Amino acid sequence: MDLQTMTYLVVGASFALYIGIAIWARAGSTSEFYAAGGSVHPITNGMATAADWMSAASFISMAGLIANMGYGGGLFLMGWTGGYVLLAMLLAPYLRKFGKFTVPQFIGDRFYSQTASTVAVICLLTASITYIIGQMTGVGVAFSRFLGVSSDTGIYIGMGIVFAYAVFGGMKGITYTQVAQYIVLILAYTVPAMFISLQLTGNPIPQLGLGSNISGTDISLLQKLDQVVTDLGFGQYTTSVPGSTLNMFVYTMSLMIGTAGLPHVIMRFFTVAKVSDARSSAGWALVFIAILYTTAPAVGAMAKLNLHGTVNTAVGLQTAADGSMVVNADAVKANADVFATEASLVYEQRPEWMKRWEKTGLLKFEDKNGDGRIQYYNDKTKSADAKAKAEAAGWKGNELTVNADIIVLANPEIALLPNWVIALVAAGGLAAALSTAAGLLMAISAAVSHDLVKGVFMPNISEQAELRAGKISMAVAIVIAGYLGLNPPGFAAGTVALAFGIAASSLFPAIMMGIFSKKMNKEGAIAGMLAGLFVTLFYVFAHKGIFFIKGTDFVDMIGGANSFFGITPEAFGAIGALVNFVVAFVVDKMTKEPPEHIQHMVENVRIPRGAKAVDGAH
Amino acid sequence: MDDQGKAYWSATLGLLGKILAIWFVCSFGAGILFADALNGIKLGGYPLGFFFAHQGSIYIFIALIFYYAKAMGNLDRKFDVHED
Repeated sequence: MDLQTMTYLVVGASFALYIGIAIWARAGSTSEFYAAGGSVHPITNGMATAADWMSAASFISMAGLIANMGYGGGLFLMGWTGGYVLLAMLLAPYLRKFGKFTVPQFIGDRFYSQTASTVAVICLLTASITYIIGQMTGVGVAFSRFLGVSSDTGIYIGMGIVFAYAVFGGMKGITYTQVAQYIVLILAYTVPAMFISLQLTGNPIPQLGLGSNISGTDISLLQKLDQVVTDLGFGQYTTSVPGSTLNMFVYTMSLMIGTAGLPHVIMRFFTVAKVSDARSSAGWALVFIAILYTTAPAVGAMAKLNLHGTVNTAVGLQTAADGSMVVNADAVKANADVFATEASLVYEQRPEWMKRWEKTGLLKFEDKNGDGRIQYYNDKTKSADAKAKAEAAGWKGNELTVNADIIVLANPEIALLPNWVIALVAAGGLAAALSTAAGLLMAISAAVSHDLVKGVFMPNISEQAELRAGKISMAVAIVIAGYLGLNPPGFAAGTVALAFGIAASSLFPAIMMGIFSKKMNKEGAIAGMLAGLFVTLFYVFAHKGIFFIKGTDFVDMIGGANSFFGITPEAFGAIGALVNFVVAFVVDKMTKEPPEHIQHMVENVRIPRGAKAVDGAH
Repeated sequence: MDDQGKAYWSATLGLLGKILAIWFVCSFGAGILFADALNGIKLGGYPLGFFFAHQGSIYIFIALIFYYAKAMGNLDRKFDVHED
């Protein structure tokens, strides 16, 4: 069977499965719609949370990002997992005990204020909508790369699928489809990784392979990679840090706090039956996430070595007769000169997978010195040694441009895996994008129908009418998300960082103070959220333009780029959170204590006894 | 809050403090601040600082959450505030 037919078949089967689950898991009450009936098993919820959390970017782009950044890429790995420790200990069990459907409802009730709830809704909507634009474009990209349809058609199909299970099934439909999507995406990610690890190190477990020696040698894979990339003028793989160590520290902290504060993740913990389940469920979520997140750095490093080995024979890999990459142990040990003329691959002899990906534009070759060979190195290197050697060899600049996404997408082809594995990667990429989009849509529609329609405008709405409002707002949210995916605003690329910044600087501190500071009052909380949000937006907009409109940036006014101790705008969320905490405590000290019954409520939230099913009562 | 409740809450905060200290030391400490120094030590083919940033922290995070869930369960029963 040819690859295209196989891909249609596997992707089609996965979609049929999602729709089948949707029909089985229709939501008949608001409790099922918002919280899947509040009786999801902690392991099931952990798996659904993992699919919810791991987006198209985690699946397609993260390994490539790490391959480019080396050691510094660890900030994504630690940042996007360490947040679950905070979530498990500081937020999830207490919010589950509180027993309501949404994050803004907690903030509104705890701070006895409609204003606080409305501020939280605004933060939630901004964070979730900016996040979902990336998911919808991810759906389009995945479709166009794997199925050969246009990106727009891909978004329409994606909207249709999400519509089917999210609108009718609500949280219940989403939960069980996410479980299926997790299984598809994790198989798609780990199977090719095992093969590539086996080929390079003889160890099929990628996490162990990354710490092993290259097959048939006593040279470790990371040591070889370090040597190859530094010879070619790139930064040393195991130590290179983008920006300063302080920036890496703050960036990691921002991602952790942002992860814990993202409403679509928090909401998943309203679906378990007990407070103790909320605690262990966060652990299960992290187990399922870690399977991908500990594989990704192995994929990144191994694919990077493979790529260098493909275009430079001095690395010690060679293409076998059947076209697969194999280790030539003697050549690995010989440490031949990467600048030798014959070492560079002759363009006409490049492997099949390079030809295929050249067509997509993700891989580009330009023969700058006209020798018909591919020279892939860092032509902007700071290493005088590498520069001198490249010049002496007659190299006239880097000739190969590689899009980071190739690291994951082309992996199965580089390893010459059967067509069904390549088809599975397509289904996995789509599962990652669709599951995250559905989780975000759920957070958006709950905020609109529950916190705005029921909470503000129509407090006496019946349950059936609220359920209808929930489904309508879900449908509207899908249309808006689809529209934004089809016509991505110019700023789409930078927005995911903004979503983390907002969650970290506004929502996380407000929820945490609501639980851990009994005396925190509404004035403090509202002032804190607004201050955290304001400084974060101010710093981001200074660099990227006001609401990301080109030409409105005012970075000179704040003293140049990254002027705050060299911290980049993507890393600023933690500083925003700090401002939030400080402002909240200062304002709290100057205004009067929260009423007695609120303090009792906080005491009650802190103990597990008396937890009941989540409900929607305001 | 009665005395029992106060004691439960301070025991909870004590537990959180201990776990967060480990959380901080393994990720921000071993993975970032002291990574360079630790890279002199090798764990198989991994330089140790690099290992913490790309693998080790994540495994420790998982262990911390399950330890927390278990220890909190014990506290709940000890102070008689557990769910039925």
